[in-house]
Amino acid sequence: MGNLSLEQVSEVYYDVLKEIGNIGAGNAMTALSQMLQCKVDMKVPQVKLLDIEEVGALMGGEEQIMVAVYLGVEGDITGSMMFLVEKESAQHLLDKIMMGMAGKDFGEMERSAMQEVGNIITGAYLNSLSSLTNMTIYPTPPEVTIDMAGAILSVPAAYFGIMGDKILLIQSQFYDEVAIDGYFILIPDLDSYAKILASLGIVI
Amino acid sequence: MGEIIKVGMADLKTCVAPDGVITLGLGSCVGIAIRDPISKVGGLAHIMLPDSTAIRNAQQNIAKFADTGIPELVKQMEKRGAKRDRMVAKIAGGATMFKFAGTSDTMQVGERNIQASKQTLVKLNIPLLAEDTGKNYGRTVTFFPETGEFHIKAVGKTILII
Repeated sequence: MGNLSLEQVSEVYYDVLKEIGNIGAGNAMTALSQMLQCKVDMKVPQVKLLDIEEVGALMGGEEQIMVAVYLGVEGDITGSMMFLVEKESAQHLLDKIMMGMAGKDFGEMERSAMQEVGNIITGAYLNSLSSLTNMTIYPTPPEVTIDMAGAILSVPAAYFGIMGDKILLIQSQFYDEVAIDGYFILIPDLDSYAKILASLGIVI
Repeated sequence: MGEIIKVGMADLKTCVAPDGVITLGLGSCVGIAIRDPISKVGGLAHIMLPDSTAIRNAQQNIAKFADTGIPELVKQMEKRGAKRDRMVAKIAGGATMFKFAGTSDTMQVGERNIQASKQTLVKLNIPLLAEDTGKNYGRTVTFFPETGEFHIKAVGKTILII
């Protein structure tokens, strides 16, 4: 991709991500409502190209405690992917999944349930990316971390930082009884950008 | 007590005692706190990546990299009356937030940020007095050039002062 910066790639990639976000979020909600055995509604996801600084602020400040599910992506493209929710929202999800048995301290059980939620949601996004691009893409086992938003975001920020000062973020809001803000960051390795766009017939 | 000035991600700020500098949620990033104990001029850089020379289009934000951010911090401190040969440093951060075995070397970015920060300090002849680096959790750090105290806060842990 030569000397292309993320800003230059982003306009096309933006539209692609939006489409992936829409389809992926739909799939994710279906899967989630099956898991929770209740109706889950969603708003149209928003795709945002943000300054690294703004991402933390969007989530309620750098010190906002978030639960993050992070996993690698392999196959025709490589990279990683992150799904973030506020700790309170994660707690709510876990209470439903574990039928009120979830502890407040995010122990082994809660983490593994959260991994499962992460699997479902990120899997849905990956499937939509895969069917849109006709590429084989599969995730590696997810890892769960609970920490300050700023600290968690430093990981994708370091990747995006190599290309520019912006991060591409998909924000999706879904709700059963309460509204849950979920944030989704797809982090393809540099070469994979070009592959994603090329598979859609876009030549840069 | 003076004002506490906020330093963002990939950002740097200077201050004079009794003011202090703070940066929130250091993950794999490293916070480099420097002060001149005589003039009480201090500063904090929040670097995100180790090396600007390895990256195309690196000139966008010099505060983002250890090799360019730290010299810039020193320069700005000198403008406010600090003397290079009196400067001392403390660093924190460089955590490995996720440990999964990745193939890309950006995975160990925390560790590489720590190394690059230390090397840059050596190059600038600024002694490193203390550090709280590595491990797997985020840190919020506040630096007070008055005393040289570097306060480190992490989720579910008591405040550490180095």
